[in-house]
Amino acid sequence: MPNILVFAEGRGAELRKVALEAVTAGRALADALGGGEVHALVAGPPGIGGKVGPLGQHGADVVIVCEHAGFATYAREAIAATLAERAKGGYRAVVLPFSSQGRDLGPRVAVRLDAPLAADVIELAAAGDVITVKHPGYANKVIITLEVKGSPAVLSVRPSAFTPKENAKAGKVETIAPAADPGAERVKVIEVIEGAKGKLDLGEAPVIIAGGRGLKGPEHFKLIEDLAAAFGNAAVGATRAVTDEGWRPHSDQIGQTGRQVSPTLYVAVGISGAIQHLAGMRTSKTIVAINKDPEAPIFKVADYGIVGDVFEVVPALTTAIQEAKKGH
Amino acid sequence: MKIAVCIKRTPDSESRFKIAATGSGIDEAGLKFDMDDFASYAVEVGLQLNEKQGPGEVTVFAVGPDAVQETLRKAMSMGADKAVHLKSDAPVFDGIAVARALATELKAAAFDLVLFGKYAFDTSGGIVGTATAELLGVPCVTAASKIEIAGGKGTARRELEGAGEMVEFALPAVVTIDEGIARPRYPSLKNIMAAKKKPLETKPAQLGEVRVSVKKMELPPDRPPGRVIGNGAAAVPELVKLLQTEAKVL
Repeated sequence: MPNILVFAEGRGAELRKVALEAVTAGRALADALGGGEVHALVAGPPGIGGKVGPLGQHGADVVIVCEHAGFATYAREAIAATLAERAKGGYRAVVLPFSSQGRDLGPRVAVRLDAPLAADVIELAAAGDVITVKHPGYANKVIITLEVKGSPAVLSVRPSAFTPKENAKAGKVETIAPAADPGAERVKVIEVIEGAKGKLDLGEAPVIIAGGRGLKGPEHFKLIEDLAAAFGNAAVGATRAVTDEGWRPHSDQIGQTGRQVSPTLYVAVGISGAIQHLAGMRTSKTIVAINKDPEAPIFKVADYGIVGDVFEVVPALTTAIQEAKKGH
Repeated sequence: MKIAVCIKRTPDSESRFKIAATGSGIDEAGLKFDMDDFASYAVEVGLQLNEKQGPGEVTVFAVGPDAVQETLRKAMSMGADKAVHLKSDAPVFDGIAVARALATELKAAAFDLVLFGKYAFDTSGGIVGTATAELLGVPCVTAASKIEIAGGKGTARRELEGAGEMVEFALPAVVTIDEGIARPRYPSLKNIMAAKKKPLETKPAQLGEVRVSVKKMELPPDRPPGRVIGNGAAAVPELVKLLQTEAKVL
């Protein structure tokens, strides 16, 4: 029974949620191939080895811990070398998250293994010798089914596409040394620019509150932030028009050329719903839209639409959510 | 400095797509094709760096059918000096194979810097740039939102989820370019005319074995039609109730 190697991504000495998603995807693939083992590799600074429990709970039979002080920042070449070195030991596939790190690592690992790579996968299937994946292309407007021939196959899975599933396995811990010196990176991190503390990432937040041009100015994003705070588990996003105007940083942009997100709840405030924006959020589970223009295309995809002035509706919603959360 | 920019021709991303009768591609009838957005940022960055660094050369590369020559001409009308077309008639969804074809060409030419868009909107895997760097054995920085070159060294900024990093790297290197870094210039009529006389070489793309292939393409399932539940703040209690009892997301 073939085994699967998973890259369990961390940042600093913390595991990221995408690590559990990748383990869940790896587990599903191992089961589809006859129930082989899932080995999850973690590379991080000393201390990360104490945080790997959740990997076993989500289906890792073996957790491979590679600690090194040089992994405090992202050491792309050393991690790629370590993953590739380990994968040479006869795995059927290497699964990574399609995150900033994972998209950077996937091609490095694939070339080092002379392996095929399928990126940004939302579904996986295996039959005999062939792995078949689904990958949204053309700005999420076309679902492409790809056949991946050869072993190992390198596969990166889209954040939020695989919901972490508890499936307790041994999670036996093994420690290894990096296959290349993280101190010898040819791309050196000279500064890490931290985001706002405690800020949820758009790719990981279960709720996203996004603002568009209907907010009329950067100062009114306070309304969006207040609503996000009322939810407690929400991140703030924006349309391309808003980031192009400089009201919000480019990293907040949701859409075809920005982040593609699929939260449980997406609240679109003052967003008309241009194709460019819909491409980034149409796979959200539930969509709420608040816009004063009843003809806005966003209402065609919104499960719940409210036609009205955002400056009146959003504060009322913030209060109502605060009340509802208190009731819990 | 010798700079290479690898570009791609893709259909207009605002198009409404239809699946071709074969079921394994999009119907190209009526679609407008142009340089991919991210590729156009990469061309602009290449031209600006070349202008800043003093006399150098910018060469553009593209893999694809004969129609990509039009896109290469566009890059030359923006200011690139010459172009190489690596001919492949069928669209290739194996990013590693495309990288192999590009690396084969780039290897011989000793470029200081090779630029790519961070991904192309059609295949959107972000594979080719990084894989090319690995095949060339040079450092690679992906998704750069800022880049500077001085004294044979580069610095770049990358946006990560909710954070960023500044990196330093030696040349030669491959850098893939993110959005928002530079506004691509519009070619003047004079430069469009001049681009027609610039050298464009065509050779077969050495893809090697293609191991990732399209089995099927389909349109994503439609969302249920939207529903407006009310007007103004008065509709808020109803919304909260639906989020709790129907959508069960609260």
